[in-house]
Amino acid sequence: MRKIWWKILCIVIIFYVIIMGFIGPVPRLAIINESIRNTYFHVALWLAMTTLLLLSMVFSVRYLMKGNIKDDDIASEVAKAAIFFGILGCLTGSVWANYTWGDPWPNDPKLNGAAVGILIYLAYLLLRSSFEDEQRRARISSVYNIFAFAVFIPIIYILPRLTDSLHPGSGGNSTFGSYDFDNNIRKVFYPAVIGYILLGLWIAELRIRIKQINRVREEALIE
Amino acid sequence: MPASRHHITLNEIKTLIWKEVTLEWRQKYALSGMLLYVVSTVFVCYLSFNLRRNQLTPIVWNTLFWIILLFTAVNAIAKSFSQERHGRLLYYYNLCSPQAIVISKIIYNSLVMSVLSGLGFIFYAFVMGNPIQDNGLFSICILLASIGFASVLTLIAGIASKADNSATLMAVLSFPIILPMLLMTIRLAKNAMDGLDWSVSTDEITTLLSIDLIVITLSYLLFPYLWRS
Repeated sequence: MRKIWWKILCIVIIFYVIIMGFIGPVPRLAIINESIRNTYFHVALWLAMTTLLLLSMVFSVRYLMKGNIKDDDIASEVAKAAIFFGILGCLTGSVWANYTWGDPWPNDPKLNGAAVGILIYLAYLLLRSSFEDEQRRARISSVYNIFAFAVFIPIIYILPRLTDSLHPGSGGNSTFGSYDFDNNIRKVFYPAVIGYILLGLWIAELRIRIKQINRVREEALIE
Repeated sequence: MPASRHHITLNEIKTLIWKEVTLEWRQKYALSGMLLYVVSTVFVCYLSFNLRRNQLTPIVWNTLFWIILLFTAVNAIAKSFSQERHGRLLYYYNLCSPQAIVISKIIYNSLVMSVLSGLGFIFYAFVMGNPIQDNGLFSICILLASIGFASVLTLIAGIASKADNSATLMAVLSFPIILPMLLMTIRLAKNAMDGLDWSVSTDEITTLLSIDLIVITLSYLLFPYLWRS
């Protein structure tokens, strides 16, 4: 038996988030109204994505230091899970924006930054697919992955704060934590982030195992 | 892991830059090709806008100029690794440290980009008119952009040159990464066009410089790994 406790934990948390997210108590705010529940999905997805990308970068660094191909497998699959979350984050954000800002894609620096961030990581996948040799692919895409993460963070978290954005925390808007983030929200929001991170790791883990099984089978075929 | 066999010296970097200049000078077609590229792109834009030239707003003028420079930079720097033959690269690898090579390439590319964008700007202003009120700040902007584009694109060119379809890959990898820098540059250039006080632009200048710093540090740290494959 592989360790399955964290998978059970993941399922429990996700169900808790879905149920409490839809029926739990939330603060009443003008304009936002019930759509504040989207915090559990949209904001938490973005945080989970950033964490996964950070993890992916750490494994890329590890690959460059040690040269173990397994680290590169982890880096690439975690990055893929993160891109999946990124796309979901964009979609949930789009729904939210449609009801509160009146436009599914308002011209907002953070939104555009998010789109650019996803483009950067899609380019990472393209780069990976353009090499035949495994070690070569691992090394070059690790270099790009580290570079990409260093550019991704300013695009998402620093540049929008310098300009006027509709998002909280930019252009004079206050940040989330300051007044509308009460304890009821906290009780669901933090588990949500952890739950999504675990889900992402689970997706990545399955894909890594498939990859490794394929590698072993290929080697057996060659021999 | 990639033990630099010796510490990099200023002398080494100077020699490498000099080597790039000599190489470029011997095969003049590369630089003159890029110059012709800028001039003809500007001319295409001029002719395309010809009928409506007086309706060209400052924003369009500015954006068009930087997009022309972006494409020029991508094309000019893409060849900085693919141009040299494999054997010669191996030879350099034995002679000098990878850090010295990447730093010298960045400096050399910055020089080339400054020349290209300076001449490009003169020609652009000549045919499309010059609405800039603060030429000094605009020159600083061109200089910062040249250094920034060169430092981002040098590492990307190194990555792309390792793959097979490097031309497509170069564009796909570099455009999203260079975007924050491009947006900052466009905003700084707009300040220069409106003749705003320099103190308004300090934010943009510091952001541009810090992006440059991050990118150059990363290139310095990561290039040795790229070099080995």
